[in-house]
Amino acid sequence: MNARAVLKTRMLGGDPPDSFQVHAGQELIGTWVVADRMEDLTGLYKSEGWLTKFPKGLIDLLSYKGGIWSVPVNIHRSNVLWYNPAKLREWGVTPPKTWDEFLATCATLKGKGIEAPLALGENWTQNHLWESVALGVLGADDWSALWTGKLKFNDPKAVKVWDTFGKVLDCANKDAAGLSWQQATDRVVQGQSAFNIMGDWAAGYMTTTLKLKPGEGFGWAPSPGTAGTFMMLSDSFGLPKGIKNRTEALNWLKVLGSREGQDAFNPLKGSIAARTDSDLSKYNAYLQSAAKDWKSNKIVGSLVHGAVAPESFGGQFGTVMEIYLNGKNSKAAANAAQAIANQAGIGR
Amino acid sequence: MKWTKNADNWVAALVMLPSVILIAIFVYYFIAKTGYTSLTDWGKDPSQALSAHPKIKFIGFENYKDLFTGLINGRFRQDLVSTFFFTLFFIAGCLSVGLGLAMFLDRSPKGEGLFRTIFLFPMSLSFIVTGTIWRWMLQPQGGVNQLPSLVGLPPGKFGWLTSREQVFQFDWNSLPLFTALVVAMVLLWVAFSAFRNGFRRRALTALASAGLLIAWAFTLGSSVQLLPFEEKHGFNLAFIGILIAAIWQMSGYTMALYLAGLRGIPEELREAARADGASEFQLYQRIIFPLLAPITLSAMIILGHISLKIFDLIFAMAGADNAPTDVPALLLYVTAFRSNQLATGAAIGTILLILVAFIIVPYLRSQLRSEVRR
Amino acid sequence: MIGRTITYSVLLIATLLFLLPIYLVVVTALKEPAAIMLSTTWQLPKVWNWDSFVQAWTAFLPKLKNSFVLTFFATLISALLGSLNGYVLSKWKFPGANIIFPLMLFGMFIPYQAVLIPLFQFVKSIGLYGTVWGLVLVHVVYGLPITTLIFRNYYAEIPDELVEASRIDGAGFFNIYRKVIFPLSIPGFVVVIIWQFTQIWNEFLFAVTLTNPKSQPITVALAQLAGGEAVKWNLPMAGALLAALPTLLVYIFLGRYFIRGLLAGSVKG
Repeated sequence: MNARAVLKTRMLGGDPPDSFQVHAGQELIGTWVVADRMEDLTGLYKSEGWLTKFPKGLIDLLSYKGGIWSVPVNIHRSNVLWYNPAKLREWGVTPPKTWDEFLATCATLKGKGIEAPLALGENWTQNHLWESVALGVLGADDWSALWTGKLKFNDPKAVKVWDTFGKVLDCANKDAAGLSWQQATDRVVQGQSAFNIMGDWAAGYMTTTLKLKPGEGFGWAPSPGTAGTFMMLSDSFGLPKGIKNRTEALNWLKVLGSREGQDAFNPLKGSIAARTDSDLSKYNAYLQSAAKDWKSNKIVGSLVHGAVAPESFGGQFGTVMEIYLNGKNSKAAANAAQAIANQAGIGR
Repeated sequence: MKWTKNADNWVAALVMLPSVILIAIFVYYFIAKTGYTSLTDWGKDPSQALSAHPKIKFIGFENYKDLFTGLINGRFRQDLVSTFFFTLFFIAGCLSVGLGLAMFLDRSPKGEGLFRTIFLFPMSLSFIVTGTIWRWMLQPQGGVNQLPSLVGLPPGKFGWLTSREQVFQFDWNSLPLFTALVVAMVLLWVAFSAFRNGFRRRALTALASAGLLIAWAFTLGSSVQLLPFEEKHGFNLAFIGILIAAIWQMSGYTMALYLAGLRGIPEELREAARADGASEFQLYQRIIFPLLAPITLSAMIILGHISLKIFDLIFAMAGADNAPTDVPALLLYVTAFRSNQLATGAAIGTILLILVAFIIVPYLRSQLRSEVRR
Repeated sequence: MIGRTITYSVLLIATLLFLLPIYLVVVTALKEPAAIMLSTTWQLPKVWNWDSFVQAWTAFLPKLKNSFVLTFFATLISALLGSLNGYVLSKWKFPGANIIFPLMLFGMFIPYQAVLIPLFQFVKSIGLYGTVWGLVLVHVVYGLPITTLIFRNYYAEIPDELVEASRIDGAGFFNIYRKVIFPLSIPGFVVVIIWQFTQIWNEFLFAVTLTNPKSQPITVALAQLAGGEAVKWNLPMAGALLAALPTLLVYIFLGRYFIRGLLAGSVKG
């Protein structure tokens, strides 16, 4: 996060780095592309034949005003529900398919003496939970409509998201804000909580650090109400205007976007390739299942991780969350969200 | 002879010149630039925020108005309130811990040097180091919360940095009312002391202004609405953790100040008081504390300006996103560099600067003036 | 007698409270990552693991070097300039000195966030962004008020007659400085150098804004290590100890002068 501040001061000072890592989508577009600081990479996509190698839903998220602006190196999924299969069997519950089902399961588990069926961590993980709830309540189309301005944040449909979110929060641990996301994951692994909603870097943490086997030590499902939708986020690299070593930067981008490059990097980092033609034998069981969904699911972008929301919105979303948490007033939160959406120029 | 002296005066001025120019640029020119930025719309439109040659428009005090009365700027207002309480408790904590330690050390116990070293060593650490250490100490289920379990009690449950509990709540809309009443109190005090010292006209003016303010407060003042809705602000209990860390680091400073002050009080004075039959308590109350008052004032001002600017410590302890422990300096960082609202960030910076100036300028003036008198 | 007992018990309890965090840091740094558990935070490590220090040392070595270069030059230059300024302000009269000095002093109290963006643009425009030298410049400038102040107060104690005498002997501005003032300045320099050393070594905001990974000093590296994801606490704790060590050593061995700088910070001295 310091990196982003430093990047901005560098750009303000007229000293762009040759290339820089940024979340694919609006985090780049809403800040740098609109400010006319980036080069259009459509030519590169054509010459490298990438237009058919990356899914169309992804290219749409990377595009703005007829150009494609960055090269995604990896894909993470935001809307995943994690659980401990052995524990769920013990408690006699199954991963819920909708948020209503989730709340029912939550009540059942509380009845069995589990204080916090949902494990939650520090504030950004709460925002992360919110986007899964929103996707589940609204569905993929309405979620995307939020970011084109077709659906207002204070529309009754969007207000309902906050209502559901409030109920979901009641299932979560009270000490959430003091936990890192790993500590929240730990609670599920150790059986203190039943579920956790986190991006799929959690799979990397559980396989690499905790040495658990995907499918046995931990299980996963799309977060409630979001089956068939892949809420993605991605690290990507762009090409700033006015850099010194343009050729080298372009070559670097070519490597990043190549099949070899993506298959070398991603299995290690615990993410899947953005390309649909990667060599799946190099990936573990979780990643293979994610790659399968990546090819078949409807693709939408994440708010918290910069894909659909410009920084000016994302940076202030925490304020909206504060307004909600302080008063538990869905209407007020929704109005505040619409206010910052107007300010950030969403749908303009 | 005369000539050399004159030439040397010129040399002296020339030697100072580079420093003067550097300060002029790095302090005053930059402040002016930030001040101007705060009056523009830089960052309002995303396509202009970070463009290579942004077209920036002058919009007057709109950013300030937004910060104090805008719908979505509640966080800024809470941050101001938080800073106020933090400053209050931080100063009170450092002064009392520092004075307490100094009074015990003043009795010249064995190993005084060692004790002094221990109480003062946190001062030599950076806020980043202190923050890292205390972040670990204040983990929700570890560190301090585990301490009771060492003696067999159940572990503590307090959310040191994350608690959402708030005390001393008030509605932002009643701020003008409170301000008016506080100022009126001060004016009344001024009137009283002026009257006692025989400045009748000054006393009357102060009394009249206080009366006007109070009259305003209870008629029009109570109906002033800064916001179209009620907005509660108060002291976030999550700051207690930050306060502990900050006092741990800085109370050695006040201890050193007070100890120096106590050692500067001649033994004869104490002896004389004791000979007059004053109890130890009276000795402190009548003689020692009044003599320490100027030190207290200096310490309050130094600590006050540190606490207004506080950034590193909270950044390292809780990060820039932890709303319960947010302060203006962190909000500035997030606003300018995360949300790209550069003008609003500059406005927050300017407000901070004005707050600091309110404390520091009178202090510098009185310090330098008393020096001239000396 | 009772008074003594109370004194000692209060002081001992305070000592305990002040050292508690340090105990926890050391113990955590010496544990194996897998053995660090919140519930056993306060227990001594079962296996003493020095590896964290080795790791932190390797990771931090280049940053420590940056910090040393930065601190060395910035401290020295700001001390020298401060000494000259202090000499001018205390022993020479020139028009406007009474206005310039408080204006200078104000510079040490400003919230630096308020000047961050213009500062960055300036450092960039003179080509020093991302280098240690840019940071040296910034620390020299913002160090000038305090160093000037300390030396001015220090030189005020040197009798004017000494200066006057050598002036009558025909010594000029620099000769007086070299022969009279400077030789008497050593304690002043020690105070200023220790003060600046601690301040610059510990500084974070400028460092994080004006350097790149190659030139960044230790505070930035530590903040990144501790604030990064997947925190294993043994490393940040070992890192915190390493980052704190130089200033801590200076403080332990030269604490007397440190306190003097501290007191001088409250303007009058």
